[in-house]
Amino acid sequence: MKKRNYNLIFGIIITTFVVILLTIGIFWTPYDPDMMNVKLRLTGPSPEHILGCDNFGRDIFSRVLKGGVSTLWISVFTVLFGLVCGVIVGAFTGYYGGVLDEVVMRLNDVLNSFPSILFSLVIVSLLGPGKKNVVIALGLLFIPSFARITRSEFSRIKNMDYVKCAKLEGVPPLRIMFVHILPNAVNTLLSTTAIGFNNAVLAEASLSFLGIGVQPPDPSLGRMLAESQTYLFSAPWYTLSAGGMIILLVLGFGLLSDGLGDIE
Amino acid sequence: MMLEVKDLVIRFHDRIGGEAVHGVSFSMAAGERLGIVGESGAGKTLTALAITRLLREDNAELLGSIRFMGHDMLNTSGKEMRKIRGKEIGFIFQDPVASLNPLMPVGPQIEEPLLLHTDLSKAEREERVLQAIRDVDLPEPEVTIRKYPHQLSGGQCQRVMIASALICHPSLLIADEPTTALDVTVQTQILKLLKRKNEEENVGILYISHDLSLVRRLCTRVIVMYNGNIVETGDVEQIFTHPKEEYTQRLIAAIPTRSKRYV
Ligand SMILES: Nc1ncnc2c1ncn2[C@@H]1O[C@H](COP(=O)(O)OP(=O)(O)OP(=O)(O)O)[C@@H](O)[C@H]1O
Ligand SMILES: [Mg+2]
Repeated sequence: MKKRNYNLIFGIIITTFVVILLTIGIFWTPYDPDMMNVKLRLTGPSPEHILGCDNFGRDIFSRVLKGGVSTLWISVFTVLFGLVCGVIVGAFTGYYGGVLDEVVMRLNDVLNSFPSILFSLVIVSLLGPGKKNVVIALGLLFIPSFARITRSEFSRIKNMDYVKCAKLEGVPPLRIMFVHILPNAVNTLLSTTAIGFNNAVLAEASLSFLGIGVQPPDPSLGRMLAESQTYLFSAPWYTLSAGGMIILLVLGFGLLSDGLGDIE
Repeated sequence: MMLEVKDLVIRFHDRIGGEAVHGVSFSMAAGERLGIVGESGAGKTLTALAITRLLREDNAELLGSIRFMGHDMLNTSGKEMRKIRGKEIGFIFQDPVASLNPLMPVGPQIEEPLLLHTDLSKAEREERVLQAIRDVDLPEPEVTIRKYPHQLSGGQCQRVMIASALICHPSLLIADEPTTALDVTVQTQILKLLKRKNEEENVGILYISHDLSLVRRLCTRVIVMYNGNIVETGDVEQIFTHPKEEYTQRLIAAIPTRSKRYV
């Protein structure tokens, strides 16, 4: 009997829910996320402010939406950056192998051996904080994992009969790599991409938590989490809201990745 | 001679013992049907692959000389080589299903050599593909081109491979055990198809098999290989009825009597 892929089902449900919520958040939030109101300072959830208000009296739900949106954007660009560079590096090293492979993969190991937070700290302190630089810092960090997966897929698929046949038809190398091999590697790359989102969300939140990610006044889940620490007991809804959004994002992508990995 | 192989040695750097083929020489005339037989590991596939030089990429060392239609195959550039592959030499393999890209409909796969080697327009290419599908006796060409390999049987996949290999009208078709994975009736159909193509288009066929009785049904001349060497070569009937070498005699004795009667 075929086991149902619950990971995939719940992954899709949660991710779809979060993405729809955040898509709405791009265009509309119940309140201006930056509007302060001293009277509403640290008030709990109520029908008007469903997740309560923060230490400046700003609507937490609106801020979680906006923060989630910027986290999602950063994750998307980070993963895209890592994916595109990683696939190119992995495709060439996997297909050609040999000395090129050895050299590039050792460079990869070097990049990989730095603790990721330390590495991004260095980059961001060199480039300065801000969304764009976070994307660059995290994107660079993501190249090795995508490169490694792509490389192993390419070096596996290049020995398949249909690739040999393509070579025997006179298909040039670039066309073999990107028309014949890449589509057959997509399945594996898809699940890696989903786990990549997962890591990107966490990494972005960590950087913002440390104050080197998204800069004020832009809302950010990581920084909200950092600020809410002070009010952990007086206003637990603050922490729970920001943390909840991160959990939803990570859980959705995580399940999605597992589910995609289980296909076949 | 269309193809002349002289003292071909194939050596692997990563293999203990190193040498897998120890200096084989043979030649093939245009439009000829030549067979290579021998047991597993005899070096049949290596010899055939060497002609297209694909082995170099697996870090094999090729010595000797291979001349094909005026090209010095071991000394042409990679780019030149790609122009010969698919255009002048077609290739079909033992496992037709694995030989097709699982994620590409068969139409584009048959078309690919045309795309690479000719300047035909899209409409002309499509016409050629449909014609090629009809030529290999596949049903409903317009439907078939949109099918994926897993929607076809092994025999149909092999027909697709033949259509693709012959679409540029090459001078040589190398068939490496093309019927081993197919059942007996399909085997017969494929052999007939190959023979018809050879007669219609004058494409030379280099047919590799470990079964001398199959070679006898298709080829006029045969090379017997053992352990990286050619042990005997000559007319198929001659070798089948009066094998000179002891190894060939054993090879013939190994054919089940039933199929001996049918050939
Ligand atoms: N890439 C390779 N590296 C090292 N040795 C190889 C390689 N390819 C083939 N060989 C060796 O060369 C020898 C001949 O192989 P080949 O594939 O030509 O045999 P064959 O006659 O086609 O046999 P079969 O009927 O099983 O296909 C074998 O002993 C094999 O182990
Ligand atoms: Mg073989």
